[in-house]
Amino acid sequence: MDLSSINPVLLIASLMVSATPILLAALGELVVEKSGVLNLGVEGMMITGAICGFAIGVNTGSPVLGFMFSALCGALLSLAFGILTQYLLSNQVATGLGLTLVGLGLSSLIGKPYEGIKSPTLQKMELPLLSDIPIFGKMFFSHDPMVYFSVALVAAVWAVLKFSRAGLILRAVGESHDAAHALGYKVVRIRMLAILFGGACAGLAGAYISLVRVPQWTEGMTAGAGWIALAIVVFASWKPWRILIGAYLFGGVTVLQLNLQAAGAKVPIEVLSMSPYLITITVLVIISARGNHGAPAALGKIFHASR
Amino acid sequence: MKRRTLLASAAAVALAFSGTAMAEDKTKVGFVFVGPVGDGGWTYEHNKGRLAVEAEFGDKVETVFQESVPEGADAERVMAQMALSGADLIFTTSFGYMDPTINVAKKFPDVKFEHATGYKQADNVSVYSARFYEGRAVQGHIAGKMTKTNKVGYIASFPIPEVIRGINSAYIHAKRVNPDVEFSIVWAYTWFDPAKEADAAQALIEQGADVILQHTDSTAPQAAAEAAGNVVTFGQASDMAEFGPFPRVSSIIDDWAPYYIARTQAVMDGTWESTSTWDGIGAGMVAIGEISDAVPADVKDEALALVAALRDGSYHAFTGPINKQDGSAWLAEGETADDGTLAGMSFYVEGITGDIPN
Repeated sequence: MDLSSINPVLLIASLMVSATPILLAALGELVVEKSGVLNLGVEGMMITGAICGFAIGVNTGSPVLGFMFSALCGALLSLAFGILTQYLLSNQVATGLGLTLVGLGLSSLIGKPYEGIKSPTLQKMELPLLSDIPIFGKMFFSHDPMVYFSVALVAAVWAVLKFSRAGLILRAVGESHDAAHALGYKVVRIRMLAILFGGACAGLAGAYISLVRVPQWTEGMTAGAGWIALAIVVFASWKPWRILIGAYLFGGVTVLQLNLQAAGAKVPIEVLSMSPYLITITVLVIISARGNHGAPAALGKIFHASR
Repeated sequence: MKRRTLLASAAAVALAFSGTAMAEDKTKVGFVFVGPVGDGGWTYEHNKGRLAVEAEFGDKVETVFQESVPEGADAERVMAQMALSGADLIFTTSFGYMDPTINVAKKFPDVKFEHATGYKQADNVSVYSARFYEGRAVQGHIAGKMTKTNKVGYIASFPIPEVIRGINSAYIHAKRVNPDVEFSIVWAYTWFDPAKEADAAQALIEQGADVILQHTDSTAPQAAAEAAGNVVTFGQASDMAEFGPFPRVSSIIDDWAPYYIARTQAVMDGTWESTSTWDGIGAGMVAIGEISDAVPADVKDEALALVAALRDGSYHAFTGPINKQDGSAWLAEGETADDGTLAGMSFYVEGITGDIPN
């Protein structure tokens, strides 16, 4: 085996690309869960975002418009989830699972005419000065704009949750909706906004797969990334920066296993293929074993002002 | 219970009718596809064959197809459904449908089945495949000549004889023109998963491969190579001309139309028999897509000469001396491989590193 053929600079650069969809989706779900809502429909919103973004990208020739539309579609789908769970008080777990099934079916319906078509893709954005730094420039600063956007979004979510009044209110709603309600905050409205944000992020995540990473449309192309995103939220103990770590770790192991195969590592390929999932589960178990890991107290609980 | 009797009687009725269906005007032909018809590769070409059958026979034939059918229990259900709805002839177009095809064929003795790339035959199951390895020989030759890093990446799907034959054939012919060439093989364990194929291509490119051969069906590796800028690829199963003239410099094209038309005709005439067909460049089942101008003229001429020799049978893609990976002798000087060994090929030839996963 020739490990020297694995170039760490390129490895890190490609793990950032491979992790971006999970990062975006997990970040959206973090905000949703911080408001006390569990939306298991991430996969469905992602794949719908993937096809909507792809369709608009192909028809207008503009990937940026594609991304914007994918966020809109993801948000629309999550709106259905929001109305069902927040106004009609349906069970969040069942509704979320249903949303995934709807999204998968809807996307393959919309996607039929788009199979086998090439789409416009985002160009790499070289940042002046930063991209010229040796090693680090190539590693961190020679990506497409969505990679920078996803990292910036992590910082923004972190700052808003930690320092702003809006973040405080969101967390209050997620910890105790009754107390927040008693203080006069509109619990349902705040949660709806969080759900819409989560949907938009999932839509962007899907479009990143269909417009940048592949770039092509195929049925079921998100291939379970939405579920990984859900696991990453728990993995991260509901902390934005840890989402970044979790997503990059998962993306890193995924990319690394392909690189190890290409380098001819003497490890059974079946083991390499399952390694990203194994490592995610292992870390989840370790974190859970530590006890209190910061789940919002009202997560998944139904709120109604009369109760 | 009621529903079960209903199903059983429906099955009985369908069975009774499928025997007489030949006497009717319309012959119904079913196709089971492993990917979407728009994959731009393997399934796309099978679907072109289906459309050719429709064009050839017009009103006398009705075709039905089901795409993205998983290889497993689902496939059996799809085939049984087709047989129940009156299909006279069913083409199952992926290696993984082998056992399901045999199982379903047992239940419907009057329906004819045709399984692609497999080796299990029955009274009403024919097998057919193309000698893709002849095309791989041409690819290997061009790859060996064109690689500057001497590293060729190979995205393999499943460790089955068809795929292993392709790797061996490509390697032998690359090595012949470039003794320093090395193959990096990544097993994707899928026929069609664009995200995974793209990642695999990316990993190979990052490790210095400047030629990518693929035995998976989507165009995602082509897109990855195009983005990298200096990587050569070949169209797989279909021409993939939209990525030419570079990175795609040539391709293997599967042409199933003549076979599908001939077999449908045989069913119509009542002359259908269980056969085993394995045709290559000579019979036209395998075609080499146009070699683009990105290939140097002398390499292109050599490649075309190789194609011509394979076509007229003066050269066999597996001609000795060839040793197996462990160094033991396989083919002596001038000896050519027999079809039995090729059909069940489960070893690498000498020089390829790594193990074939089980």
